[in-house]
Amino acid sequence: MKRPWLVWLPLAGFVALFAIFAAGLIAPADRTIESKLVGQPVPAFDLPPGAPGRDGFSSTMLASGEPRLLNVFASWCVPCIAEAPVLMELKRRGVKIDAIAIRDRPEDVAAFLARNGDPYQRIGSDTASRVQLAMGSSGVPETFVIDGQGIIRHQHIGDIRPENVPEILAKLEEARR
Amino acid sequence: MTGGRVAGRILALALACVAAPAFGDSALPAAKYANEQLADPAQEAAAKDLMLTLRCIVCQGQSIADSDAELAADMRALVRTRIAAGESPESIRQWLIDRYGRWVTYEPPVDALTAPLWLAPLLLLGIGAWLARGRFKRKRRAQ
Repeated sequence: MKRPWLVWLPLAGFVALFAIFAAGLIAPADRTIESKLVGQPVPAFDLPPGAPGRDGFSSTMLASGEPRLLNVFASWCVPCIAEAPVLMELKRRGVKIDAIAIRDRPEDVAAFLARNGDPYQRIGSDTASRVQLAMGSSGVPETFVIDGQGIIRHQHIGDIRPENVPEILAKLEEARR
Repeated sequence: MTGGRVAGRILALALACVAAPAFGDSALPAAKYANEQLADPAQEAAAKDLMLTLRCIVCQGQSIADSDAELAADMRALVRTRIAAGESPESIRQWLIDRYGRWVTYEPPVDALTAPLWLAPLLLLGIGAWLARGRFKRKRRAQ
């Protein structure tokens, strides 16, 4: 029984495996975890105030008839500092922004806002990441576009950079429809 | 290496130990039940079994039972609180799958997409048996 091509089989196997590993090393898989709740209503929550002198924040306030941003942030989060001026710019352009402060103390949030600006209409305090988990959010900062009916329309993972502003504005416009 | 350089390295190491990481954690203590067992041993066992099969969302190779990440601690607190409230482990797992996708569980359900995971080992075993059979036959003939 002669099958000369069999000799090449181990080499072919090696080349195939090598290609798989090389591809994985050159372009690692995307490890971003997107929320499966996009397209669904914001999970019900009722949070205490995230900063002194502010009101509490509940999910019912999100169905306000016009699209808004829900920013998940924390005073201890470094990328949130980088994001702060971009949120201020969005506020300047008339975007309504609410926030959930993750594992934070109201006095720390107040210090953060005094230093980096305060783009938020409402801030809720989520001390055990409960609402964050309910939203399918995997870290700080993250921003959700919520439409006028309180439906999640888009999720932005990571800090919003100046180059992301047009996309965010477009998603807000889309949510208006 | 001179004594001065050794001292310098030790100093640098000591400084590295006290330096705060840039991507710091929050200042809040761990949530209740994050690192504290449930009083009822049966409930704690059920919670532990579930936590071992849920993936940490931050440190993605670890279960939430093994991870030191704050979000993993909050996920443990969530699991234990819900188990204590009488919720079934499978319903908690489904709640997380609804939010993070099937990726969050280490025990993927069998369906069209995951079937190869379960069938491939059987298939490979079958091929192995078939190959081995051929080998044994050939040997017998040679004798």
